[in-house]
Amino acid sequence: MAKVDLNRVSMPKQEPEVRAGNFNEVALGYNAEQALYEANRCIQCPKKLCVGGCPVDVDIPDFINAIREGDMPEAVRILKGKNSLPGICGRVCPQETQCEEVCSLGKKGAPIAIGRLERYVADWELAQGEMEKPQIAKATGKRVAVIGSGPAGLTAAADLAKMGHQVTLFEALHVAGGVLMYGIPEFRLPKRVVQTEVDYVKSMGVDLRLDFVVGKTMTIDEILKDGYDAVFMGTGAGLPMFLNIPGENFNGIYSANEFLTRTNLMKAYLFPEYDTPIKRGRRVMVIGGGNVAMDSARCALRLGADEVYIVYRRSEVELPARREEVENAQEEGIIFKFLTNPKRFIGNDQGWVVGAECYEMELGEPDESGRRRPITKEGSEFMLDVDTVVIALGTTPNPLVPTTTKGLDVTKRGTVVADEKEGKTTKPGVWAGGDVVTGAATVISAMGAGKRAAASIDEYLGQQGG
Amino acid sequence: MLYKIMSRETLVPNNHLFKVEAPAVARKARAGQFVVIMIDEKGERIPLTIADWDREEGSITIVFMEVGVTTRKLAQLKAGDSIANFIGPLGEPSHIEKFGTVVCVGGGVGVAPIFPIARALKEAGNKIISIIGARSKDLLFWEDRVREVSDSLTVTTDDGSYGRKALVTEPLKELLEGAEKIDRVVAIGPAIMMKFCAKTTEPFAVPTIVSLNPIMVDGTGMCGCCRVEVGGETKFTCVDGPDFDGHLVDWDLLFARQRIYIDEEKHAMECACGEVASHG
Repeated sequence: MAKVDLNRVSMPKQEPEVRAGNFNEVALGYNAEQALYEANRCIQCPKKLCVGGCPVDVDIPDFINAIREGDMPEAVRILKGKNSLPGICGRVCPQETQCEEVCSLGKKGAPIAIGRLERYVADWELAQGEMEKPQIAKATGKRVAVIGSGPAGLTAAADLAKMGHQVTLFEALHVAGGVLMYGIPEFRLPKRVVQTEVDYVKSMGVDLRLDFVVGKTMTIDEILKDGYDAVFMGTGAGLPMFLNIPGENFNGIYSANEFLTRTNLMKAYLFPEYDTPIKRGRRVMVIGGGNVAMDSARCALRLGADEVYIVYRRSEVELPARREEVENAQEEGIIFKFLTNPKRFIGNDQGWVVGAECYEMELGEPDESGRRRPITKEGSEFMLDVDTVVIALGTTPNPLVPTTTKGLDVTKRGTVVADEKEGKTTKPGVWAGGDVVTGAATVISAMGAGKRAAASIDEYLGQQGG
Repeated sequence: MLYKIMSRETLVPNNHLFKVEAPAVARKARAGQFVVIMIDEKGERIPLTIADWDREEGSITIVFMEVGVTTRKLAQLKAGDSIANFIGPLGEPSHIEKFGTVVCVGGGVGVAPIFPIARALKEAGNKIISIIGARSKDLLFWEDRVREVSDSLTVTTDDGSYGRKALVTEPLKELLEGAEKIDRVVAIGPAIMMKFCAKTTEPFAVPTIVSLNPIMVDGTGMCGCCRVEVGGETKFTCVDGPDFDGHLVDWDLLFARQRIYIDEEKHAMECACGEVASHG
């Protein structure tokens, strides 16, 4: 047997100075030769630890083996047997902390680039122009309402439809996809890929109802009364957090949700061809250290900023963003200001932000999150001149659905109480999963929750009889 | 899904009424709520207050003034055309109960949303004293509809071309100074008018409700674009409002935030006009 190459095939990317000026996808994807070489690195170990590392149990060694054998339709079939959204997951899953983290090759060298191969398979299918229809079980006559068409809702809807249930997918916005459409930028997740996978879910017979704000247009109680046998809530964590410091409402200060929604969902980067405007700041400050902060900063850069700062109150090692995204941001010239925290914003007489007074921070003992707690250095204030601020501190669940649903318990953090294994809430007939239960987390963990809830709902509906 | 324009009329120059087929919205609409619309896939999401509804017919009536690119494009649509997206009903409904005597003030295009609120308050057993105003006679609409749900009505015009030559705040002040006890004031119109109505009622300590109209995107609490300060606290107009206590609103902040995209609007209008010129 030939010796295994301990290095993975690197991902071809747009050059930093080029991509900083466009919204096209940064990572270009493997070609056939690169994919085959990477697939051949897989030692097909019997332990299959990678499968255990995947929240939706994709049969990883099998689809990699299909690539090796040149049987791409089979690779697609294996992948989609467990995951209806491979083009999305291949791009945005944090594989380095999941399947790839436990890869046997990782002990000696670089783990198999599972995410990149997953994307390769999905993109191959997309390029064929035609999707193979999944197997749908015989109709059960049961109706399920899935609320929210983000990763959790799409996954639950797809699985329930495959099980033969009649699924209606309710979405408040004018397109399906949730955070995949409004949050994650085009250069990281092309919207064409999202819509193709949404179409795939629709091809299973899922009835998508856009412009439908559950809690306003109809409540969950009304949906249940309307003849639905079960409800899955995958409404996400859509409510932006602010700092609650003086000056936060000056013009030019955005929540990351607004900044990204205008840019990605409404395509403000194509204004005025598209009608939604956005302020194209020259000196932009993004507050926060997660993927959303990285996305916001990189959008600001592409909108034409001269300087973009990421202001984070801890240090580089505590950054919650994916390493890959931090590196991408650094390569593109985003300036990181670690151990920095804003104290207040300064505005001009027209109500526009012109700067932020910031504290220097230092790290103390670890807090309940396990990370070292940031402590304000008194007297360390300094000014940062900026004309645009994006606050990316995280999000909490939107209370619109919980507050209009009788008997649905929520925690103090505003998340819906649901058991981790099955997603059952305190209200009979209602399941929940994804960020609405966990608080803001990852696409794949939401998909895992959608999958588990779908199985639980299926079991419940089976017990109900015909 | 497409939302058909069942009928339309131009009420007064630049102010249009559309009746839109939206049964799911019509089923739930209540006075004080709004919809978010998007004309087509390249459009902007804008909020418009609900002026009326017909649950049986499944229709929502909106009245809007042409102020920017989106409302201009909207005004070009004809009966039978469709709007790409029509979302609602959003926001909290107006607080309706028997307060006693309520003064309803509507200014300009704000006469449309004040109508269903006055009607609901009337149905709840209140005595309704309405004041509606416009810049001049040819910009005044719905005098008859508001009169129908009011115990008394005063009409003002800025230039005196019809009714009383005054701003709406003048008859409002006289009512507050008069013998009759006023239990509540509801004022809807341009932000500046709402501010001065609130300033007028403040010395009399009469609860005054205003319906705020900041810029919005999603209209469901997701983006925070519509944040306003009320009593020193940040609120999202789309989910916490749009009705707020007019005495506690930070009006200067609202004015500033309404102007965020004034340069972009100008640019877009120039582009849109250029398009019309080149095609025409």
